[in-house]
Amino acid sequence: MIPLLNDRDIEFQLYEALDTESLLTRPRYADHSREVFNATLNTAKSVAERYFANHAVKADTQEPTFDGESVHLIPETKAAWDAFVEAGFLAAHEDYDEGGAQLPEVIFRVIMSYTNAANIGTAAYPFVSVGVINLIRAFGTAEQKALYLPLIMQGNSNGTMALTEPAQGSALGDIKTMAEPADDGSYRLFGQKMYISCAEHNIAGNVVNMVLAKIKGSPDGVKGISLFIVPKYLVNADGSPGQRNDVVLAGLNHKMGYRNATNTVLNFGEKDGAVGYLIGEANKGLGYMFQMMNEARIGIGLGAAAIAYQGYNLSLDYARQRPQGRLASSKDPSSPQVMLTEHADVRRLLLAQKAYAEGSLFMGLFASALFEDQNTAEDPDQRKRAGLLLDLITPMVKSWPSKYGCIGNDHAIQILGGAGYMREYEAERLYRDQRLNPIHEGAEAIHGLDILGRKVTMKNGACHQVFLEEVQKDISAAQAIACLSDMAKQLETALSTLDNTTQSLIALMGEDVDLGLANATLYLDMYGRVLASWLWLKQALAADKGLSSTQQHNEQDQHFYQGKIHTARYYFDWELPAVNQYADILNSGNRVPFDMQDDWF
Amino acid sequence: MKILVAVKRVADYNVKVRAKSDQSGPDLTNVKMAINPFCEIAVEEAVRLKEKGVATEVIAVSIGPKVAQEQIRTALALGADRGILIETDVAMEPLAIAKCLKQICDKESPDMVLLGKQAIDGDNNQTGQMLGALTGYAQATFASEITFDGASASVIREVDGGLQTLELKLPAIVTTDLRLNEPRYASLPNIMKAKKKPIDVLTTEELGVDVTPRTKLLKAEPPAERKAGIKVEDVAQLVDKLKNEAKVIV
Repeated sequence: MIPLLNDRDIEFQLYEALDTESLLTRPRYADHSREVFNATLNTAKSVAERYFANHAVKADTQEPTFDGESVHLIPETKAAWDAFVEAGFLAAHEDYDEGGAQLPEVIFRVIMSYTNAANIGTAAYPFVSVGVINLIRAFGTAEQKALYLPLIMQGNSNGTMALTEPAQGSALGDIKTMAEPADDGSYRLFGQKMYISCAEHNIAGNVVNMVLAKIKGSPDGVKGISLFIVPKYLVNADGSPGQRNDVVLAGLNHKMGYRNATNTVLNFGEKDGAVGYLIGEANKGLGYMFQMMNEARIGIGLGAAAIAYQGYNLSLDYARQRPQGRLASSKDPSSPQVMLTEHADVRRLLLAQKAYAEGSLFMGLFASALFEDQNTAEDPDQRKRAGLLLDLITPMVKSWPSKYGCIGNDHAIQILGGAGYMREYEAERLYRDQRLNPIHEGAEAIHGLDILGRKVTMKNGACHQVFLEEVQKDISAAQAIACLSDMAKQLETALSTLDNTTQSLIALMGEDVDLGLANATLYLDMYGRVLASWLWLKQALAADKGLSSTQQHNEQDQHFYQGKIHTARYYFDWELPAVNQYADILNSGNRVPFDMQDDWF
Repeated sequence: MKILVAVKRVADYNVKVRAKSDQSGPDLTNVKMAINPFCEIAVEEAVRLKEKGVATEVIAVSIGPKVAQEQIRTALALGADRGILIETDVAMEPLAIAKCLKQICDKESPDMVLLGKQAIDGDNNQTGQMLGALTGYAQATFASEITFDGASASVIREVDGGLQTLELKLPAIVTTDLRLNEPRYASLPNIMKAKKKPIDVLTTEELGVDVTPRTKLLKAEPPAERKAGIKVEDVAQLVDKLKNEAKVIV
């Protein structure tokens, strides 16, 4: 088994680079202590090791099957679901009076990071279910909450999100699934959904699908979309499964990776319509779904981080033990071969992975901490700023780890060489698992449109402004520290380049919105690099504080801190400068992809 | 039936412990600490006995610095009912630990004391046996199965030649081996509940135990690194080297 994540890094990120301990002063967390957080994470790690990592390989080679009647998963899947539920994790961050443990968001996300690292396919079942719990909590009626929340939180059903259709993926405005009002106030749904994760399985007795559909006669486009609860079995008052609903599995899709999460095609209304219950108001469904999607997007970024982390751990371990060749300066062929890590180019591949894996984990935990502040900070101004910043960075928090996670896992294969290409090693599986992340919960281009077309201009640019101010704070802090002042300067220049590019693109969008948005994915990457650099500077600042504190350190701690600062340096010297090239393309309003003609391909 | 379980705070088994550069001992600065794995098995067994209705109360006791409360708290989250910490900053040796536990036995009159067969820091494998001598309780070490029949317990022990079954009169001392059980994880609701369970704190002075170390650590150093091997020409040369260089055969 590849070691899961890195306990020292998690401790560093939670308590040194972030100030998770300060949450204990908030009334919501008064009962907790760092000891409770640590005990919880210990349990998360042992559950992940024992019940998730144990079948990561088996679930990849024995993917779910459908015999026409039911779906079969390897039995370890149910054991993992049960263990996750029994550990109390499905309800970990819900309120006490809902049967939860009221843990902070950021601790919950670390729990999920352990299971993601161990086995992302199996971890998908609780991952999506938690999103559904949050959605019903936020927008369900008292009756809906009373019926469905305990059902999912106690593990008797999982939850799913059913948005995509065979003809509609990123463009949801054109979905075709229809909902007809019934006499009893419920609805009957007719249509088909595609690529729905976890909607059939044999791990729990029911499935609660959250389905986007259009009520007959509603407006065209996204303003006519409503959200429905469509359970597989109608739920009796006591929570037990009742009559079979008219939502059936048309078939399973067969995936590249992430295999143990079933990927389904669902038919609604093959007979007299699938019974659905409206959530909130009609025609506001997409807005509701997006609350869950925003949380899910942070979750996807963290999932990508965990897979990248495992690739890094695997290839680092391999490189430290694999003797291969000698340095150019060594002329004696009878001298012993050196380990792979002795070669500078292998260290480059490892550094890049470290920058992506640890950087992605921190990006996700930083976003989770903002989510926390947005909801529980005592100072209203802090809540507001956290909300603005979180809104802004969400597209990058999802897409930067997904994109660079893939490159990191690719590097892991490269380090293992021939072994990396073989299925006997886990590097290739991790790469296949990772490849989903730039696609689901909004494909990469969607996030480009989101950041440039919406986020940087919304609220008169207030989100972008908060970003500039917050980055500047850390630049100022780093300027005062000898070993970080170079990086402060590099980031200051990049930040100003980003801001100039932003203003010129906003102007271009004013003239021609299609042309202005044509290069949005490149802009997303540019923003992602600046965000990643800022967060690496934050980690470097915390590491410098650790190194210079009067507290006693052991040797391993010193290496740990130096590794953080050096990885930040790698990212600043090797990957941040790309923003200059991007700025040239973007500022000139480059028209090459825009002008390309279909007939010229 | 009352069960006393001893839990020791040690470096987590995943940590690669290194010697301090001045050789004064292992470097435990900022090292992740955990409950000794053999003690965890003892806690698990006690909790299972309680769940079966054999035991009525499980008390977790630890001896060490104030932060050893964390390990008691872990035992409470696994299902122990209350804790006792004997607080001391002295580096405790097995005899001192056994003497402290003897005092707790006198106060609590447990029917069974469960201990790990050894702790992964000192690897002494002495405390249970010493406690047996001090209390005069019946004793079974290296247990891989414990069953009860009224006032006696039957323990299967792992010994060099195989398995040995002992019948013990209660009160008894049992030390646990690896195969006794697989410890559970502490669920989140139980971690929360554990916060509210009581922990009594005592000192070695209050117990009247002299814990002054009887031995002195001269130095701690890492094992010598393995040197690169050589290729021998033939079997004769190998035998020669084994005989005359390594002196492992005659």
